[in-house]
Amino acid sequence: MHELQNILEQAQQQFAAMNDEAELEQAKAKYLGKEGSLTQLLKGLGKLSAEERPAAGARINQVKQGIEAALQQRRDALAQQKLAQKLAAESLDVTLPGRGLGMGGLHPVTRTLQRIEQLFHSLGFATANGPEIEHDFYNFTALNIPENHPARAMHDTFYIDPQHVLRTHTSPVQVHYMEENAPPLKIISPGRVYRVDSDATHSPMFHQVEGLWVDEDISFANLKGVVQDFLQRFFEQDDLQVRFRPSFFPFTEPSAEMDMSWKGGWLEIGGCGMVHPNVLKHVNIDSEKYLGFAFGLGVERLAMLRYGVNDLRLFYESDLRFLKQFN
Amino acid sequence: MKFSENWLRTWVNPDLSSAELGHLLTMAGLEVEEQTAVAPAFNNVVVAQVLEIVKHPNADRLNVCQVNVGEAQPLTIVCGASNVAVGIKVPCARIGAVLPGNFVIKQAKVRSIESFGMLCSDKELGLAEDSSGLWILPDDAPVGTSIREYLELDDQLFTLKLTPNRSDCSGMVGIAREVAALTGSQMMAQAIPEHSATIPDTLAVTVADAAACPLYCGRVIRGVNAAVPTPTWMVRRLERSGLRSINAVVDVTNYVMWEMGQPMHAFDLATLSGNIAVRRAHAGETLTLLNEQTVTLDAQTLVIADDARVLALAGIMGGQGSGVETTSQDLFLECAFFHPDAMAGQARRFGLATDSSFRFERGVDFAATSRAMERATQLILEICGGQVGEIRTVQGELPTRAPITLRPSRVKRVLGITLEAAQIADLFQRLQLAFTTESNATGELVFNVQPPSFRFDLSIEADLIEELARLYGYDNIPALPPHAALTILPQSESQRALASLQHTIVTRDYQEIVSYAFVDEAAERTLCGNANPVALQNPIASNLAVMRSSLLSGLVEALRFNLNRKQARVRLFEVGACFAHADTGYAQTQRLSGIAYGTVQPEQWGSAARNVDFYDVKADVEALFAPQSVRFVAATHPALHPGRCAQIYCGDRVIGIMGELHPQWQQEYGMPLAAVWFEVELGALSSQTVPSMTEIAKSLPVRRDLAVLVDDSVSVQALLDAMQQANAPFVQTLNLFDVYRGKGVEQGKKSLAFRVLLQDTQKTLTDLEIEPSIVLLVQAMQQHGAQLRM
Repeated sequence: MHELQNILEQAQQQFAAMNDEAELEQAKAKYLGKEGSLTQLLKGLGKLSAEERPAAGARINQVKQGIEAALQQRRDALAQQKLAQKLAAESLDVTLPGRGLGMGGLHPVTRTLQRIEQLFHSLGFATANGPEIEHDFYNFTALNIPENHPARAMHDTFYIDPQHVLRTHTSPVQVHYMEENAPPLKIISPGRVYRVDSDATHSPMFHQVEGLWVDEDISFANLKGVVQDFLQRFFEQDDLQVRFRPSFFPFTEPSAEMDMSWKGGWLEIGGCGMVHPNVLKHVNIDSEKYLGFAFGLGVERLAMLRYGVNDLRLFYESDLRFLKQFN
Repeated sequence: MKFSENWLRTWVNPDLSSAELGHLLTMAGLEVEEQTAVAPAFNNVVVAQVLEIVKHPNADRLNVCQVNVGEAQPLTIVCGASNVAVGIKVPCARIGAVLPGNFVIKQAKVRSIESFGMLCSDKELGLAEDSSGLWILPDDAPVGTSIREYLELDDQLFTLKLTPNRSDCSGMVGIAREVAALTGSQMMAQAIPEHSATIPDTLAVTVADAAACPLYCGRVIRGVNAAVPTPTWMVRRLERSGLRSINAVVDVTNYVMWEMGQPMHAFDLATLSGNIAVRRAHAGETLTLLNEQTVTLDAQTLVIADDARVLALAGIMGGQGSGVETTSQDLFLECAFFHPDAMAGQARRFGLATDSSFRFERGVDFAATSRAMERATQLILEICGGQVGEIRTVQGELPTRAPITLRPSRVKRVLGITLEAAQIADLFQRLQLAFTTESNATGELVFNVQPPSFRFDLSIEADLIEELARLYGYDNIPALPPHAALTILPQSESQRALASLQHTIVTRDYQEIVSYAFVDEAAERTLCGNANPVALQNPIASNLAVMRSSLLSGLVEALRFNLNRKQARVRLFEVGACFAHADTGYAQTQRLSGIAYGTVQPEQWGSAARNVDFYDVKADVEALFAPQSVRFVAATHPALHPGRCAQIYCGDRVIGIMGELHPQWQQEYGMPLAAVWFEVELGALSSQTVPSMTEIAKSLPVRRDLAVLVDDSVSVQALLDAMQQANAPFVQTLNLFDVYRGKGVEQGKKSLAFRVLLQDTQKTLTDLEIEPSIVLLVQAMQQHGAQLRM
């Protein structure tokens, strides 16, 4: 009896001291192996009487289970230890930088254009595009700017041939679109435009976004509403003020310049007006039934204000040190 | 249009500050581009006369002056200016004066002598950048008068940026009329006498082109003294309008132009021979203009001529040898109306833009022509004297001003505000627009408005609505959201948005640029191989003279720009139109193009640095097209390495090109490494198919690897195509997964390994079932000399 208890305790102590799986298995043999002490005891059961045997057998088995449990416990512990060591050895410096490609980025003008498009799309404006080498007719005549009109001189036009120009504004897209679509119409048309002008504040190529809304019940008050709403959302400034000043564009009447409040002053950001009846007539839209407004915004100007760019020329120099700032 | 505020205020003087007046004009559509004070702020400076000069006892360069400032006692002032002299009149800053720069004049001892003020230069008064001494004033300057008052320095210079429709505001009368309308102030009525002839002289005038010149007035004035100085007030007003004083007669014609908006011309009668004709020039006639430019004329040019020669470009500029000089005694004064349609573009044909052509092109008040003639006559007689002949007038058909009907209901629709009839009537009256009212067919009270002769921009109802809005104030029109039927925008799923393509290329580490669409012609020809570039007629610079046919040169420029700034790894892309001549007009294709230079990945730990190569960029191109697949076919391009260049096919159409920059270009640009470039049509990238699901096969695919030896010259694509065309059963996909050259493979050959996936929809295939397919594939490759490797 006492001997059994000793064997169990001895096994438990020995197992607990083992730090190696192989040693543990050897130690196991000492108790449970063919020559193991417990096995010997079990063999000795035969010497006992039939009456004594079951009780003795049960006691030995109990101890055997105890030893096996101790063995398993130690096996598990050693496996855990081994795994822990392995994991510890495998640990990384998680602060090392990640590998692979970097990320490129969009040009600030594209970024601005995408923002403009998203805002106008939310109001149901579709996007329309047009050619950059434009027929004189679409760039001027269809927009109520006849040949030799002084307004043509306002445009500083690049000529390709006597009939073709680099479009001086995105307004010709209005005409193309109205030729192909019946009202109600609601589009913006972003794109590159060209003027013979180059200095610190003028680029011979720049971007405009044209907007056009033609419907039965569209007024100048709505033009003010939409433009003001857009600018407030674009700049995320609910108190941003927009000022409309009378101006002249042959393709709108009434016409206005749009100024935006900025740092205590006013900044011109584009032109707009109610689509001139002659423009609608050119595309066979009944100007008695339909009214429309159109506006043109300078994209670079908006980008400069939004992102604090202080020199227009930076947009076209492709300097990565500049471009990467907008990623 | 530049003018002096004080001059304007002689015409109309509203109770507004200068700043308020400027704001008023700007908000009425007459944008004040610039508004500056004639002189900076200073005070207590008077006209003074130097009475006596004594050398300063303690200083060589100083004088002690006795100066009369209009008071009983002269002032003692120490002065260091070298041009001080007895008798001259100069500005004198008195004790307590504050000069520009907040310079306060105090009583001070100058080397022990008390000085009671300072004699000033124009620089010290902020009226000149530089000066060489005291500002010597005219002899008749009134001593003791404030210099600001004497020189009318409390004045502002306004510069209006006139829009082409507002020619009526290119004279003081028109601006004053506008200010009166805007403010309700009374405008000065100008009485101009009609001058009866005191001499019988006239010149006969014939107008050969009455459509171009519907009204011509001419008058002879004899016995003038053109040598008299132009009065100071006139010179001042002209100068403050940006006009130089020339001689009294020319000054008068300019003055009338600025006052009434009517350009005029004065000829020296003695230089004229015979009569005056307004006609088209004969081809080949020449004229030397007042600006010394000699122009060759043609039958499109309207000229003023006498019997002997062409005298002037009508409405644009006079010629040399017939203008008025200080010695002229007899004049022929011209005041005409040239039709805007006839004047349009005329000056520009000769590279000219004059004050006269500016006005005639936009429209001059034809009802005021003879009034302007009388006004000029009046001023010439006042200043130069003389005897006047009668005005000879040749009149054809003047522009008509058809009445315009304005419906208040239309005003409401266009502007979004309701203007009552009484309000509309009031606004029209202020604008001097005559009108009547009547009920129209729908029972609405409408206005029939008669546009005045001076307004060339009022012909339809919308024009009147703009006038009402302008006067009512754009600011007073509310900003209202529109009310409209809401519909969802159509969005085609088979079109890929540009933004999504940009996003894809950005995630592959390319940075977007925007470059000019006009490029250097030499680069276009040699780098892009474009023998017939689309050229600009008027390029901004000789190296930006043609339209790009490819985005390549812009990308190369940008790459070089950044390499020169010590960037070692540059990956750029651009989206933009490329241009070419087409059968009719011009082809304009939107393209997406990229260039990669330097290591394939940013410099980093744990992976060996490797320079970007053809296949890296090919993967970028494939990623752009995915899941659509494109084919690459060996090709050549002037910019690219002949062995490392491919055309990109979508179906059987070439939609792009890619390759490694030619070593010669690399050398020319001084690039240590080769750049890899691609360019594809945006249109080919933009279409995609809307997915449509097919059943997932219940069986598992079987994989077989086929390794073959082929000649180096055989392309992988050739083998893949051959295997595709074999139509082997069950074959789902064919991929190349290894290329090997070297040990075990003889020189000139390569070992290629293909992975074949075979699958039946119903059951998993057995080796026996697969075998015939494999045989077909191997046979297909054998046609290209491939040997199966065991």
